Amino acid sequence: MADLSVNLAGIKSPNPFWVASGPPANTAYQAHRAFEAGWGGVVWKTIGDPIVNVSSRYSAMNVGTLRMVGFNNIELISDRSVETNFREIEEVKRRWPNHAIIASLMVDTRERWHEFVKRSEDAGADGIELNFGCPHGMCERGMGSAVGQNPKVTETIVGWVMEAAKIPIITKLTPNITDVTFAARAAAKGGSNAISLINTINSITQVDLDTLVPEPYVAGRSTHGGYCGPAVKPIALNMVQSCASDPGVRLPISGIGGISNWRDAAEFIALGASSVQVCTAIMHYGFRIVEDMIEGLNDYLDSKRLRSVTDLVGKAVSTVQKWETLDLHYQRIARIDYDKCIGCNLCYIACEDGAHQAIALVSPDGRGLGPGRLPGKPIPEIKERECVGCNLCSLVCPVDKCITMVSLTNGNGKMSWSQYQEKLSRGEIQPIPPHP
Amino acid sequence: MPISPKLAPKAAAANMADIAPRYTSQEAIIESNRCLFCFDAPCIQACPTGIDIPSFIKKIANGNLIGAARTILSANVLGASCARVCPTAVLCEGACVVLDREGDPVKIGRLQRYAVDHVYENRISILKVPGQKSGKRVGVIGGGPAGLGCAAELAQLGHQAVIFEKKPQAGGLNTFGIAYYKMPPETSLAEVAMIKSLGVEIRCGVEVGQHISAEELHKQFDAIFIGIGLGGCQRLNIPGEDLPEVVDAIRFIEEIHSRPLHQVPLGNRIIVIGGGNTAIDAVTQAKRLGAQKAMLAYRRNESEMSAYKFEQKMAKSDGTEFLFNAAPIEIVAAAGHVSGVKFAETTIAAGELKLLPESEWIEPCDMVIKAIGEQKQISLLKRLFPNVDLDKRGVVVYDEKTGQTSLAKVFAGGDCANGGREVVNAVAEGKKAARGIHTFLKGDSVPDPIQPSRYGVRGKPSGSGFERPIRVTELTS
Repeated sequence: MADLSVNLAGIKSPNPFWVASGPPANTAYQAHRAFEAGWGGVVWKTIGDPIVNVSSRYSAMNVGTLRMVGFNNIELISDRSVETNFREIEEVKRRWPNHAIIASLMVDTRERWHEFVKRSEDAGADGIELNFGCPHGMCERGMGSAVGQNPKVTETIVGWVMEAAKIPIITKLTPNITDVTFAARAAAKGGSNAISLINTINSITQVDLDTLVPEPYVAGRSTHGGYCGPAVKPIALNMVQSCASDPGVRLPISGIGGISNWRDAAEFIALGASSVQVCTAIMHYGFRIVEDMIEGLNDYLDSKRLRSVTDLVGKAVSTVQKWETLDLHYQRIARIDYDKCIGCNLCYIACEDGAHQAIALVSPDGRGLGPGRLPGKPIPEIKERECVGCNLCSLVCPVDKCITMVSLTNGNGKMSWSQYQEKLSRGEIQPIPPHP
Repeated sequence: MPISPKLAPKAAAANMADIAPRYTSQEAIIESNRCLFCFDAPCIQACPTGIDIPSFIKKIANGNLIGAARTILSANVLGASCARVCPTAVLCEGACVVLDREGDPVKIGRLQRYAVDHVYENRISILKVPGQKSGKRVGVIGGGPAGLGCAAELAQLGHQAVIFEKKPQAGGLNTFGIAYYKMPPETSLAEVAMIKSLGVEIRCGVEVGQHISAEELHKQFDAIFIGIGLGGCQRLNIPGEDLPEVVDAIRFIEEIHSRPLHQVPLGNRIIVIGGGNTAIDAVTQAKRLGAQKAMLAYRRNESEMSAYKFEQKMAKSDGTEFLFNAAPIEIVAAAGHVSGVKFAETTIAAGELKLLPESEWIEPCDMVIKAIGEQKQISLLKRLFPNVDLDKRGVVVYDEKTGQTSLAKVFAGGDCANGGREVVNAVAEGKKAARGIHTFLKGDSVPDPIQPSRYGVRGKPSGSGFERPIRVTELTS
């Protein structure tokens, strides 16, 4: 059994799985249920000055029969009173002293920030997350992403918070910015103890083609919502890794964005997250999903002979490098396992129309028939000389392990773009001829 | 005992209800999303009408039901009935790659029904006929699937087709000969009405050779299509065959389609003689209409039955008893009514069916249904077209690509030409003949159908079912 406990800038929790600030972290009732199910921490739904929500708040992007591959919301911060929220935080902390409870805050003036930091500490919160990310509603009032999108403002407000804070401060970043590392560096400069990312992405999930109003529909209108769910994971991983590898940041990271299972979590951790936060998957399936997350991560760590989560943190960060450092001589090509091929020819048409015309349809005679392939019906064959190893065929192939990408040893040493440029300038080599 | 109806209306209707009801929209979405959208898909090769199956399924998945129906109906004008009656397990679904990936094919037939039913139910017309007519007239003998397929295609090519149908309603076996729980006659009649709306004239109750002579057709029409199907059940040629409770399976099924279900007369103990799909349809419907005991008797053993395995399974699950290696040698009677069938046990010796001596026994029953194959129409064909070539089986010799017979002006398709295949083969042959007729009349050929899901095949697609269908059973046997 690996040690799943984590310590993020001084915030300790029995495992890295935290309920993200959002609808599942709205009440003490939910926090109790989350901890009972096994979650290691709860980031409370953002507390701030009173707001009023609209009815009709969520919308989703479905893909085929998969529901909520992407999800968005136009819900604002907590619509409960400040008093109720802090009282409940206190109550929950008393019952779950070894779990992490983080107060998420969003206010405007320096005084209000000081006051809310103090009240969070008084309630017994283990840490505070600064919500500089919400892209809907609050940003129109100068808060949320309006802060996160302006590094100067971010730095200033983090500075205000740090003037008052005695517990660890996590700055939550918005992805609605050209380069998230600017915001992360601002948080670091302001003195933040950690960062969390990503908050939701500006979005419109769909337009109702009968009413011509996007969802979520609110009395004939809609508005830009915050996008999350499995579809945003690649964007989040990219931003987490960018912050983790940036020498100007160097802060512990709590990873957020489309995490639905232990694999997602492990990927975030490998790219630099010390804890992970989950919201949409809970909104879809409930707190119970954490059971598999704990088990799966545990077994994975054991299988890799890693003794703790901490040993995995950031393990993959350095493998992501600038394009110019990639080896131009590395070569892989596609191989088809004809015993598995069912003859759908998706690889063929994908390569033919969508990539490099490196698959031919040829007579199956002499190759035998795989499952379901009809006699005389052409089957795909890789034109190995044409194959650039782009992976597309292996991605579209609907059969597991039918098309594999094989690395070739070509006897050429490594050569990156940068080295290539150097060698060219020194006249050591001829230019690589352009692809015909 | 004379035979009589057995069930009250409700019970009869419930027992004969649709065995594969139309998908709900959610079911259709889930099922259609299972399709991989193959390129140059095997299912197209296995469809005798060459429907672009991946295209129509993708359209269903995307909520484009009218487009899906257009894809189906433009390839197969009887898409609604074929969706219900095709033996998909040996055609499209048998070739489905998802079957090979996960053991369960995409339910192509049910998805097809879902799309086509949508346009019928909402009275959306899909097929178009050219405003400019050719002025050519084609006489079509027989209003079954082949004749309808031919006439509909002719109409779309701008020619006037006139169907001569001896029955009071068109549709042929689609209207009168399909197991009721697979398809009620209304579905077929809706297709007939749609084809009429294309400008096809259908003269029901007109028998060629009786009410109008073949010579007259030759005079009135620029070309003639023969789609007369087969000619009713073959005789057993055993004593007792003409007793009142001995019926032919085609007639029995026609009864079911011609009167309310609860008024179909039948016995309590029924023996169906035969081993094909019609025998299964007869025995299963008899059981469902309230026969206490229904038995299927076949001369050979189980493995030689020509009925599809899934049909046999269905009959078994309905409680049908199977009797193998049993040859009927006499239908016995008591007081002028059927009281049993005398069988002899059979064996195969040197490839020939032999009756075992002293093996006879009487299986009691009060009704016998014969389903031992349909007769060829040799005498009718000879009478109508004395000069048309027939092969040794007694079917019309025709060019598989054009449907043309040995007489330049006369074309043929469907059971009377192919010897007896599926509805979908008949529609396809009718359509091919229409294209052959078009070439004959106009001199120009009709381009091969284009299936968008295979657009971009270098050279020709590897084979559309419309050119040369693949039957999956024939591959594995």
